[in-house]
Amino acid sequence: MQLSTLLLILIAMAVISFMLGRRRSIAVAGGYGSIRKLHSLPKYYGYYVAIWCGLPGVLLILLWLSVSESLIMSQVIASLPSELRELPESQLGLVVNDIKNLAAGQFINEQRGADVAVAAELYSSLQASARWILSGLMIAVGLVGSAYAWTRLQPRLRARNQVEGIIKVGLILASTVAILTTVGILLSVLFEAVRFFQKVPFTDFLFGLTWSPQTALRADQVGSSGAFGAIPLFAGTLLISAIAMVVAMPIGLMTAIFLSEYASSRVRAWVKPILEILAGVPTVVYGYFAALTVGPLLGDIGALLGLNVASESALGAGLVMGIMIIPFVSSLSDDVINAVPQAMRDGSYGLGATQSETIKHVILPAALPGIVGGGLLAVSRAIGETMIVVMAAGLAANLTANPLEAVTTVTVQIVTLLVGDQEFDSAKTLAAFALGLVLFIVTLLLNVVALQVVRKYREQYE
Amino acid sequence: MSDQPDMNEFSARSPDTLERVRVGLAARYRRERRFRMYGLMSTCLGLLFVLFLFVSIISNGYTAFWQTQVRLEIDFDAQLIDPDGTGDAKIIGSANFDKLVRTAVGQLFPEVTDRRGRRSLNRLMSAGAGFELREMTLADPALIGTRQTLWLPADDEVDMLIKGYIDRDVPEGSRRIKDQQILWVDALIADERIERQFNTDFFRLGDSREPELAGIGGAIKGSFFMLVVTIALSFPLGVAAAVYLEEFAPKNRWVDVLEVNINNLAAVPSIVFGLLGLAVFINFFGLPRSAPLVGGLVLTLMTLPTIIIASRAAIKSVPPSVRQAALGVGASQMQTVFHHVIPLAMPGMLTGAIIGMARALGESAPLLMIGMIAFIVEVPGTPLEPSTALPVQIYLWADSPERAFVERTSAAIMVLLAFLLVMNGAAIWMRKRFERRW
Amino acid sequence: MAVAEQAHKVTNTDKASAVPPPAPRKPDSPVMSAVPESAAPELAPDPGKYETIGDVTATDPVLTVRDCNVYYGDNHALQHVNLDVGRNQVVALIGPSGCGKSTFIRCLNRMNDTIDTARVTGELKLHGEDINSRETDVVLLRARVGMVFQKPNPFPKTIYENVAYGPRLHGLASNRAELDEIVHGSLQRAGLWDEVKDRLDDAGTGLSGGQQQRLCIARTIAVNPEVILMDEPCSALDPIATAKIEDLIDELAQNYAIAIVTHSMQQAARVSQRTAYFHLGKLIEVDQTDKVFTNPSHKLTEDYVTGRFG
Ligand SMILES: Nc1ncnc2c1ncn2[C@@H]1O[C@H](COP(=O)(O)OP(=O)(O)OP(=O)(O)O)[C@@H](O)[C@H]1O
Ligand SMILES: [Mg+2]
Repeated sequence: MQLSTLLLILIAMAVISFMLGRRRSIAVAGGYGSIRKLHSLPKYYGYYVAIWCGLPGVLLILLWLSVSESLIMSQVIASLPSELRELPESQLGLVVNDIKNLAAGQFINEQRGADVAVAAELYSSLQASARWILSGLMIAVGLVGSAYAWTRLQPRLRARNQVEGIIKVGLILASTVAILTTVGILLSVLFEAVRFFQKVPFTDFLFGLTWSPQTALRADQVGSSGAFGAIPLFAGTLLISAIAMVVAMPIGLMTAIFLSEYASSRVRAWVKPILEILAGVPTVVYGYFAALTVGPLLGDIGALLGLNVASESALGAGLVMGIMIIPFVSSLSDDVINAVPQAMRDGSYGLGATQSETIKHVILPAALPGIVGGGLLAVSRAIGETMIVVMAAGLAANLTANPLEAVTTVTVQIVTLLVGDQEFDSAKTLAAFALGLVLFIVTLLLNVVALQVVRKYREQYE
Repeated sequence: MSDQPDMNEFSARSPDTLERVRVGLAARYRRERRFRMYGLMSTCLGLLFVLFLFVSIISNGYTAFWQTQVRLEIDFDAQLIDPDGTGDAKIIGSANFDKLVRTAVGQLFPEVTDRRGRRSLNRLMSAGAGFELREMTLADPALIGTRQTLWLPADDEVDMLIKGYIDRDVPEGSRRIKDQQILWVDALIADERIERQFNTDFFRLGDSREPELAGIGGAIKGSFFMLVVTIALSFPLGVAAAVYLEEFAPKNRWVDVLEVNINNLAAVPSIVFGLLGLAVFINFFGLPRSAPLVGGLVLTLMTLPTIIIASRAAIKSVPPSVRQAALGVGASQMQTVFHHVIPLAMPGMLTGAIIGMARALGESAPLLMIGMIAFIVEVPGTPLEPSTALPVQIYLWADSPERAFVERTSAAIMVLLAFLLVMNGAAIWMRKRFERRW
Repeated sequence: MAVAEQAHKVTNTDKASAVPPPAPRKPDSPVMSAVPESAAPELAPDPGKYETIGDVTATDPVLTVRDCNVYYGDNHALQHVNLDVGRNQVVALIGPSGCGKSTFIRCLNRMNDTIDTARVTGELKLHGEDINSRETDVVLLRARVGMVFQKPNPFPKTIYENVAYGPRLHGLASNRAELDEIVHGSLQRAGLWDEVKDRLDDAGTGLSGGQQQRLCIARTIAVNPEVILMDEPCSALDPIATAKIEDLIDELAQNYAIAIVTHSMQQAARVSQRTAYFHLGKLIEVDQTDKVFTNPSHKLTEDYVTGRFG
């Protein structure tokens, strides 16, 4: 039975339980006329029964989903002939994949003979019976649940409170998803990164000056020969982010100033949404723009000036990233500039300051913490930006400060290491997680500091 | 300096003060103008970037919505398609429809007889022409044995030539299309056998190595499945979390942590969510790679903070008086929330959700991590089949060297931007429509 | 932050406008471009033109105002006001809330330029020079006509920098020593020197409310203006701080022409020589202060000063 059918059955059962429960509650109250004897409205008794019917079933399905696969697979593996069963883990994984693919009716690239086919048969049949067991179990649990709830229906039952209690638990669970996500990110990245650091010393990674993960593959000797010094990546990331900030910060800030202090409301009403379009454009579009238009353009300009600009120069990627960040900086700056009280401006104008003097000497200093916070957020954005650099920055891990050369970044390397054929457990793949860990920690720190600064600033003027 | 200011100081010093102020004025106004100029220039620069971006993409891409077609007289030769007249779809399906196309093209230029000439002549037509004939015949077997005049797609090089992207003055060696082929194309044009027609295939088909057969149909379907999964999970979860945090959560450390965590999560780079998806959904739970379901799950986690923040703002804007009124007539807190607060906050929450979806639709980095960049020709039928997504398709095509793919990439971007524009427009409309001042 | 960019942004979009617009609209361009309408021909003279009771002129006038009107959009907030402010004279402006007192004094140094919807007409002169004309340089004007606001609004800078701000802008000191002297003198005349002389480098916002207001006064007189406008300078202060400021005003009156808005009749009586009573945008009565308070001529004035109204 398909999972979706099973869910439909469960829903149907819950709906029926709801109606029965409601009817029953009216009956135990002694008919419609005496509904007021009930503690709660009849529909809450309906929900009560429905929850008793559906919730255990849902929990059962979740449990089944999380354990059945590994249970079945362990049985299948146990049935394999010993020469397959005793393969090293990584190769066993390939066999397992073959079994699954064969069972799913796909062709497998390499025939391992009849053993795999037999195992696939077993796998399919085990799975089928497991599903039947699950279906039977679920229906039984649902029936038992609603029957139990049914017998408990009395006018005194505080059905509403119970139902509301369960809803509240649901709400709490929903709000912990965000925490679970953070924990999940941290654990998954940390777990793989630790495995990476078992192969490559932590200090080599953090302070090494050469990055060439590919050699590790060729030498067929993981970890010991590949160079995993991440300094060139960090340097490249910083270079591109710095170029982006040099573009975005002044333009974004001046735009915010112009729009909030100088422009008439008509101009503002038109220009702001147009600039916000820049914020809504997907980064892959910027990446394409950088590779297709800006890269060649910079090359031409460089040729005119007699400079040699790499086709995937840091400058091109940084420039486009800067364009992407402009609206981000300008809307954050706009917020903080608007938060500066009018009284401050009045005080300055009242002394005979011109508008630019007021902005430069009063508004900007007052807004500085907010602007710095916004800037930090923008930096964290630039560091974590992926598509633009994947498409417009190079792969070569050059350690250089020359923006006309190609550099690579942390995110580019994560993508190249994880896209395409990957073997798990190779230092090459695990390195991506180590880089991810660094990226996560750095951006997290930046965000925490930035949000704190911005919040402090907000409170100051509230 | 303890001397008291004397009575006459005002009259004595005032002219001096005035004079000094006056002396500096010109320079100050110059600075003022310059500063204003910088502001204006920055703003214009920003607008210019928008213009540049759009012009560059539209000018590169708008032609992709048309495809060059060639009018051919196709002889649905029964001998070739279904020699025994079985009408069996299997037999018809495996017939050599390319040969029908080749024959029809050959008839137009009977003077070409040598093998090389024939081959280069055949290359004028797209491989898709044969497919199209096959589909037609399968749909309507009565065509077998008849002779039809049909418009069939030309090869992408011919398409580029017709659209003017190929410079005829470039030496023959450095372009894909040869002089002889250009002569044939000119002959076809003279014969009014070439026309540009609206490119429905582009919206219908999946990916392909042949530009004229590559479409965004598969990618759109994949993106659609992903968004369905994302909205179905992230909206209820986000609203529930926001309701809890705004209405029920006690003010304690745990909730503070939750809040800081949500704000930070909203600023975590999207690629990190991709790593999470790879490690947890694919490697740990064993969900299939490249499936829109997994993409949807990852995007759910990514958009959740956005939706929570927007929903909280919407709930906050419902005035306490509404709650007090409901509580006052004896509603429980839960009833107050579900009957009054959530309905009143719904427009704001939906606006936030749409904006989150727009962001999810444009996201590609995490999808690369979970393998949604496979080359997939079939249009997916369920969220569990391997698929790609619209932005990822753009990324894939962006790497292709053919000029025809440049056009298609830009066109795909235009489609993506159109979707985003509609979504953001809807959000703005909704905000305007349901905006309420308490 | 709108940005939970993120969505706060929807973004921009994230985020289109999560932040409410600032309460008073930002100045379109208060300094350079907002040109007051010197004439509003489309506005026919108010049929309800009235006579101000008392003598609106002063013997040695610094400021002369004739037929001043202010419109906020369609709201005719100030109607046909005539009033002079004499040298070394303190004029108190009193009247019920919303009658246009602030509006009036904000005309005198063109602070109304910072309000988009405000339009000022009439003949306003400082030493015979037109205040309200297109050609008038507002920077110069505001250097000559300083203003102290209702709520103390020191800049988020040090005490020293607060006072030095104006002189620096206008280039009134050619070296540090001169600037020190200006700062010292201004703080001293504002009666704040002794309290802050040891912490000139502390933040101005760290002072008490009364000290902040005196700092704002010091900041104003550091530019050495000819006229000082004060809009309810004591309304945010306690009686002791108020008394200090009142003493200060007395002192300052020896050197400056002062127009002060106040809600306190006692304060008006204590500090001013002349008092002007405004009512619903009209200047009802102007006279010597003791005359206005002891023997007002107009019924409305009498009602107001005797506390029957307002
Ligand atoms: N920025 C503005 N925009 C529109 N109308 C305004 C503005 N400022 C003041 N007004 C209107 O002008 C009229 C006079 O206001 P004004 O602030 O001058 O009164 P006021 O006498 O200073 O009152 P208060 O004693 O309360 O300070 C009021 O009706 C007010 O609503
Ligand atoms: Mg006022």
